[in-house]
Order: sequence, then C-alpha cells, then structure tokens
Amino acid sequence: MTFRHYLLQLLRDVRSQKLRTFLTLFGIVWGTAAVTLMLAFGQGLHGKLIASIKGLGENIVIAWPSRTSKAWDGLGRGRRIRVTDEDLEKVRREVPLITRLSGEYSAWNLRFRVGRKVFIPGMSGTNAEFGVMRNLNPTTGGRFVDDADVSHRRRVVFLGDKLKSDLFGVDEAVGSEVVINGVPFVVIGVLAEKDQDSSYNNRDNDRANLPASTFKAMYNRAYVDNFVFQVAERDDAVAAKKEVIASLARTHRFDPEDTEAVGMWDTNENLEFMDTFMLGFRLFLGIVGTLTLVVGGIGVSNIMHVVVEERTKEIGLKMALGAKRRFVVGQILFETLALTAIGGVLGLGIAWTVCASFPAAAIEYVGSPVISAQVATITTGVLGLIGFLAGFFPARTAASLDPVEALRL
Amino acid sequence: MFGHFGNGAGNGGKNGGNGALVELAGIRKVYETGPVTVEALSGVDLTLRAGEFVSVVGPSGSGKSTLMNIVGCLDTPTGGSYRLKGEEVGRFTLDRLAEVRNRRIGFVFQNFNLLPQLSAFENVELPLLFAGMATRARRERAEELLTEVGLADRMRHKPTELSGGQMQRVAIARALACRPDLILADEPTGNLDSSSGRDILHVFEDLWQAGHTLLVITHDPAIAQRAPRSVTVEDGRIVADN
Repeated sequence: MTFRHYLLQLLRDVRSQKLRTFLTLFGIVWGTAAVTLMLAFGQGLHGKLIASIKGLGENIVIAWPSRTSKAWDGLGRGRRIRVTDEDLEKVRREVPLITRLSGEYSAWNLRFRVGRKVFIPGMSGTNAEFGVMRNLNPTTGGRFVDDADVSHRRRVVFLGDKLKSDLFGVDEAVGSEVVINGVPFVVIGVLAEKDQDSSYNNRDNDRANLPASTFKAMYNRAYVDNFVFQVAERDDAVAAKKEVIASLARTHRFDPEDTEAVGMWDTNENLEFMDTFMLGFRLFLGIVGTLTLVVGGIGVSNIMHVVVEERTKEIGLKMALGAKRRFVVGQILFETLALTAIGGVLGLGIAWTVCASFPAAAIEYVGSPVISAQVATITTGVLGLIGFLAGFFPARTAASLDPVEALRL
Repeated sequence: MFGHFGNGAGNGGKNGGNGALVELAGIRKVYETGPVTVEALSGVDLTLRAGEFVSVVGPSGSGKSTLMNIVGCLDTPTGGSYRLKGEEVGRFTLDRLAEVRNRRIGFVFQNFNLLPQLSAFENVELPLLFAGMATRARRERAEELLTEVGLADRMRHKPTELSGGQMQRVAIARALACRPDLILADEPTGNLDSSSGRDILHVFEDLWQAGHTLLVITHDPAIAQRAPRSVTVEDGRIVADN
C-alpha cells in the first residue's frame, strides 16, 4: 500500500511535469542506449576479429624448416634443415600433444586453365587433416582432399572461392575440370566464404589445394615447404612446439635450443594479443558509454533535487503526520529508480532495434552488434547504480528536512 | 456528534500515575541565527491533564507556536524536560518521534495544510498509511471520520474544491485518524470567516465533550472564552494560567 502511494505520487508528478519528465527520461534513454550499443558493438567487433583470426585455424602452429644458427654435434652452423613426410610421421608418434599434422608443399608458378581463362594462383599439396586445421570448409556439394585422394594420388583439386569465381564464374565447379600445367584435374570442392585476417601464403580464397602425394609426384618434391600442426587446448601449444623441435633435432642433429632451425608461428599468440586488446577496447567503450549515462544520471539527480525543493512543505507535513524518514527516503528513491528503469527499458529497446536493423553491408566491417546477456547485465548494473546514486543524495536532503522549517514555508 | 471518537484518551486515570498527559518543566528554546540569539521560550512549566481543553493566547512572537511545536514533538527544546504520558520525550529516537506524532498527537493548522493533489479521503488516509494500517481498515476508518465531520458527500473532492470550513473539517478528521491522546491546533479559525469559525469551534467543543484533550493556540476570543482553562504566553514565559 505504501508502494501504491509511491506509484500514485509518481504518476501525478509525471502528469503535472510532462516536459520535465520527458527531458529527464531522455538523458537516461540516451545514456542507456549509448552504453548498450557501445558494449554491443564492442562484442560484435570482438566476435568478428576472433572469427577472422580463427579463419586461419584454431590452436594451430605453422612451422618452416630453415637453417641452423648454432653448431651442434660436430656440425657447423648455417646447415639447411629439410623435412620429409617420414620425419613428420616420426614427430606425430613422438609428440602425443599434437592432434593433427600435415606437411605442406607449395608452388606459385602453375597455370590453371578453364576454357580460355588462365590464372596462376598459389597452391599447396597437403593431406586431409590440413582442411580441418585450416578451416578449409567446402560449400555444399563439395569436399576437401581426403585420405583416399592422398593414397591413390588422385588428380583432384580444392579451389578457394575467389579462384573458383575467376575460373568458373557463377557456374557449378564441382565435378568440372581444371587443367593445371596441361594436366586435367577434377574439382572436388570449393571453399565456403570465410573471414581470415592473417595468412602466410595468400588468403585461402585465392588458393588451390591438391593431395600431397599427387603434388610430390607431379612436381618432383621430396621436402615439405612448411608443416602445420594442431593441439587440443591453447595451453598445449608451447609444450608441443618444444617437443616438435626436439623430435626434429634428434632426426636432423641440431641443437634443440636452436630457435632458428625450424621457425614457428603460433597463431594463438594473435588470439591472446587480440583478447588483451579487445578487453582494453571494450573497457574503453564501456567507460565512454557509462560516462554518457552518468550525465543522464546527474540530470535525474538534479530533477529530484528540484522535486525535493518543491515538495519541502509536503515532506514536512508528512513528517508532522508521522511519516518516518525511511518513508520519505523511500519515496524519493522509488521515483528516481522508477524513472531510471523506464528510461533504461526505452534505451535498451532503442539499442535492440538498432542492433536488429543493423545493415548487413556494415556487418562485414565491424561485425554484428550483439546485446548478449553480459552486455545486458552490465548495462542494468550500471543503470541501477546510477539510479540509486541519483536518488540517494536528494533523498538524504529530504530526510534531513526539519519539519518545523518545512511547514513554515 | 463525536461519540464515536471516544478513544479512552479522556480517562485521566489511564495516563501516568498522576494523570498528567503533558508535563513541561523549565522548557527553553533558543534560536541561533549567526551572531543573533533569540530565546523563544525561557523556562516554561505547563501540565496538561487528559480531557482538558486549554487555550493558549498571547501576542505574536510570544513563543506560542514554538511551544506548540515542542508539545507536538516537531521541535526539540534547547533545555528543560518534556514528559508525555510519563515518558521523557528527549530520549526518543527520530523514528519514535515520528510514531508519537503519528499516533498520539493530532495537528490542526491555521492554513489547513492539506495536500492539494490528494482528495479529502486520501488526505485523511495519510496518517493511517504511515501507521501501517491495512488498506481495507484504512478506507473504512477514513470514511467513518469524514462522515463524522459531515463530509460524507465530499470525500472524493480535492481541497481546492472545498470551502475553508470544509478544509478545516478534513484537517480535523485527519488529526483524529489515529485516535490521538492530544489534539494540537494552531489558530484553527484564523483563516476562516466568522460563521465557519463558529462551526469549527463547535467541532472542538464536541471533541472535548467526547473526552479528547485539546490544546488550542488562538487569537479568537470566542475560543479562549469557551475553553475552561486559558494560558497566556508573553516573551517566552507563561504569565497567566486560569
């Protein structure tokens, strides 16, 4: 019943001071929408960037056999390290942390021809695991190189989506022929479009993949250009790298401490950097949004101070009639929180509308803004705190009124 | 007319061992505004027994209103002792003081002090709300009170839609809401024309007859005459009590 009294009072205030209420609400609506949208865009961008990083592959390490930089076991420095498929099979046996592994043979000088169109894209020969590690997912109707392709040395090719458009336009490519340096290959799959922010041999959308065995046989290769391995958990990568180098060091007799013999790129490092960066960035956005909301809160607080001023006599009378201080405080706090809540709901609604109607063209650049549970929780928390603080000080003023003074007005 | 208002407050025997409802002893009130010190009350002794009808007269600025604020627990004295029903008011917490104002004291003001945005009914409901009375009981009580002051057909009216006399009746109904021990009125007829004033005086007389204790500050000789006991305040002291 006290609640009902508070509510009626609020409704009377709103009715009698429409413009003032509107302006007050506007500050909160604006602030809430700002916080929510900032956080939502931060999250969307984060998601977008993570997806881009993962476009290259998740928990993968890319390794390039190179030259030794230290003398070891009677052998001088500067010796070339060449890795074969057999070496990699040994690595696979010796390093149980590795969940997937593939050598990669690369070429840049082969002519791809379909009809009269000719392109010279980058291309790799790999095994079936490579497709999973590097997120080379086919569009419907296609597939990546599989184990049978490798064991039968089939002349099949998997095309990046851009390369496919260049060669075939909008026509179906799977099952068609591509002539590579005069030898016909059958297209088995086309890459599904993906975000990829980093690469080491061009973007995957502009490349082609063959079975490693076919590649080796046709282009006469014995040594991999590089190899890629994947671990189950992010944290396993550091230990796995060490063990891979140790295994190769035993095979090829080089110092396991030699960091240059086999160069490695741990893609998790990108992810870690991105996480740290995005945390900072989102914190920044959140703070900017919160400051906007604080300004709105100050507006509400001001208005409530005015309300207390205007109602000094009323509050004094209520005290004379036996209202306890907590009733007076409760009334002011209730009004403030109610105004904040209404403004907050409207602000969230606006933010939601903006996110829902966000143009797809822009999503490509900044990601899709998401009002996640986390974003909603943070906004609600900030809003509640600001509402409480905005009401607390005017309420304290009201509660400390001297009823005699107040009634004399 | 006010038989229903009888609430036991009229039975002097119930109120403390010596039957005193209000005991003021050496009450002083000093206002300090910057360098200026004003002594509004300088040693007031006053005892009210339950069931008394006392008028307080005196020139403006004599300290009458201050006295009433202190008796009404709205203001605290600078010195002296105030016992209400035998309890030392100076020891009460703020919440306890609010309770005392709510349940034991009913105020009637010169300018009515009704909340303009509330109806007559809602104004009377207020003290009952503060007392924590359940909605249904509260409504019944407010209705009963407004019927008793003859405003059964005006309950839903806003104060601006009522005459001065009617507003003061609403204020009286509100003062009586929680069955107080003591009704304090500060110039209750000061803003009324003489006929409405007489009307209100009759209401007070009826309340007294019904056993209520009344302390009425007034300039109105009619009230001062009707009250069996009249206290004169001058320069912050009681100069006559008869």
